[in-house]
Amino acid sequence: MSQRLRDTFAKGRAEGRPLFIPYVTAGYVTREDTVPILLAMEAGGADVLELGVPFSDPMADGATVQHANFVAVDHGVTLRDCFGFVREARAQGLKAPVVLMGYYNPILAYGEERAAVDARAAGVDGWIVVDLPPEEAGSFLAACRANDQSFIPLVAPTTKEPRIDILAAAADAFLYCVSVTGTTGQRAQMAADLPEFLARVRRHTSLPLAVGFGVSTKEHVAAVGKVADAAVMGSAIIAVVDAAGPESRAQSVREFVEDVSGR
Amino acid sequence: MGAKPAISARFGEFGGRYIPETLVGAHEELEEAYLAARDDPAFGEELAYLLRHYVGRPTPLYFAERMTRECGGARVWLKREDLAHTGAHKINNAVGQALLAKRLGKPRIIAETGAGQHGVATATVCAMMGLECTVYMGSEDIKRQSLNAFRMKMLGATLVPVETGSKTLKDAINEAMRDWVTNVRTTHYIIGSAIGPHPFPTMVRDFQAVIGKEARQQMLEQAGKLPDVAIACVGGGSNAIGLFHPFIDDPVRFIGVEAAGEGVASGRHSATLVVGRPGVLHGTKTYLLQDAAGQIIETHSISAGLDYPGVGPEHSWLKTSERAEYVAVDDKQALEGFQALTRSEGIIPALEPSHAIHHAMKVAAGMRPDQDVLIGLSGRGDKDMHTVAAALGVSL
Repeated sequence: MSQRLRDTFAKGRAEGRPLFIPYVTAGYVTREDTVPILLAMEAGGADVLELGVPFSDPMADGATVQHANFVAVDHGVTLRDCFGFVREARAQGLKAPVVLMGYYNPILAYGEERAAVDARAAGVDGWIVVDLPPEEAGSFLAACRANDQSFIPLVAPTTKEPRIDILAAAADAFLYCVSVTGTTGQRAQMAADLPEFLARVRRHTSLPLAVGFGVSTKEHVAAVGKVADAAVMGSAIIAVVDAAGPESRAQSVREFVEDVSGR
Repeated sequence: MGAKPAISARFGEFGGRYIPETLVGAHEELEEAYLAARDDPAFGEELAYLLRHYVGRPTPLYFAERMTRECGGARVWLKREDLAHTGAHKINNAVGQALLAKRLGKPRIIAETGAGQHGVATATVCAMMGLECTVYMGSEDIKRQSLNAFRMKMLGATLVPVETGSKTLKDAINEAMRDWVTNVRTTHYIIGSAIGPHPFPTMVRDFQAVIGKEARQQMLEQAGKLPDVAIACVGGGSNAIGLFHPFIDDPVRFIGVEAAGEGVASGRHSATLVVGRPGVLHGTKTYLLQDAAGQIIETHSISAGLDYPGVGPEHSWLKTSERAEYVAVDDKQALEGFQALTRSEGIIPALEPSHAIHHAMKVAAGMRPDQDVLIGLSGRGDKDMHTVAAALGVSL
């Protein structure tokens, strides 16, 4: 369990304020962009940072994050590099909790135990592993628990109620609620049944709930903030990175995060 | 941990269900429906009826007499899946899963395809059952297999070219998974090989086991004994596992033949079991072609149907438990196998089983005349004529 994550969510609740969690793929657009972007997110008011671990086959991601993954894989960016980015950002003063998001195979290839140990040493707080449901996560979950890492399960609109208990039991910091049945990516509107979905999850857990997938605008973030503890934004951030010139990516992300987080 | 599964999700350490949460419910539902169907005589009768009258089963077991003489060793037998409707074994699984989709009340079918044989089989069955069908196919494969791409369109399927990654089978699977994550409430995904998350590897193997069940009985009737060796090509491995599985308790040696592409040493191949190592891709733990950091490596083979960096988890288990052995045959050798069977028997095989034929001829040559080699002839070669002509330097 990551105390830093627990404290951050507790502070948000105490202040009656939803948290903002932006995402960026590590090594996108270049290796050199990642540390400045992480620092810019925090400076812009982000509460928790999500760093994508590049994978060659990101099957739950839409076109935007897929592309970012392919570019980063082409640069040869690995899980080891992700630890390096976080370590460097911490050295430069990053305080916010950092959660790695990605797929299981790079973790397996690195070694589950070693990944959790090295993650703690680098200053990582938790993991969202898209293709690792708790039933398959036994060894990685144990490695996380032994190394102050939070395992963050996903909950989907198609998750049946009895199963929410299983997911909540694997969590210790927060649950990541997938707002739509679909891949990551920007959408015009948030799912209409989001409040009902979150109410269903809340019946089974008192842990904080973050909402992601399809959170695309400032308005979406505000709407999510009314019903959840945190909003996650990914593809929209990647779009900001894409629109900025090579010299101004971090600055553009900072301005965008300032605007969206309202801090 | 939810309902206790009635069939194991694992083959030793391999298999399992590594999937996004959105798809967990659909897999549980599918497993339940499959188990219910398997125990329902009405489902069995409907499947048997369609396999007989629509697919044209049982397919023949053919004694390849001239090839036997050329090899100068064991007798060579061919299980003729090339004679099944649509020209390959893929239809056995497509019929079974489409019947299941109807039981699940899902009117929309998606599928991925590499060489196009599974896409054609699925589009065919959907046309016959009145189901909506969308097939994902890598744009590189569409180029290699334009005839099959056109066949699918003629059959009323929507063909979606996949432009990401290596633009081949693995990317088509990723894209089909993305569709499924989005449309899971109305859609069933007919995976074309014994790969993917539980229960697909078991279910597809069971639907393909008709190959081995028939072959076993036919060997006993026609040869008066079981084969000494069973050989089949392995991409995802559905025809191989379908051929092997009914012989699992028999003293029959299993050999799976992978694609060595331009040679295993060249790095441009699809020899997953021969040189890969275990990992997780497309929902299952199995041998993979991957780099040190766990990124999946692009594969190569002259045959689009073997061009896949993973393999069915049951094959991984058959390998590590040493029940089966796996070898790799390169593009050039596959072409030799293709020509050998075509000229000696007047049977034009697909490039996929041509890999198995090449290796089987070598194995047979080293055996006694009273021994028998059974080859899974998984499909016919019409679709590959352009590729073969180009490889032989002939312009059509």
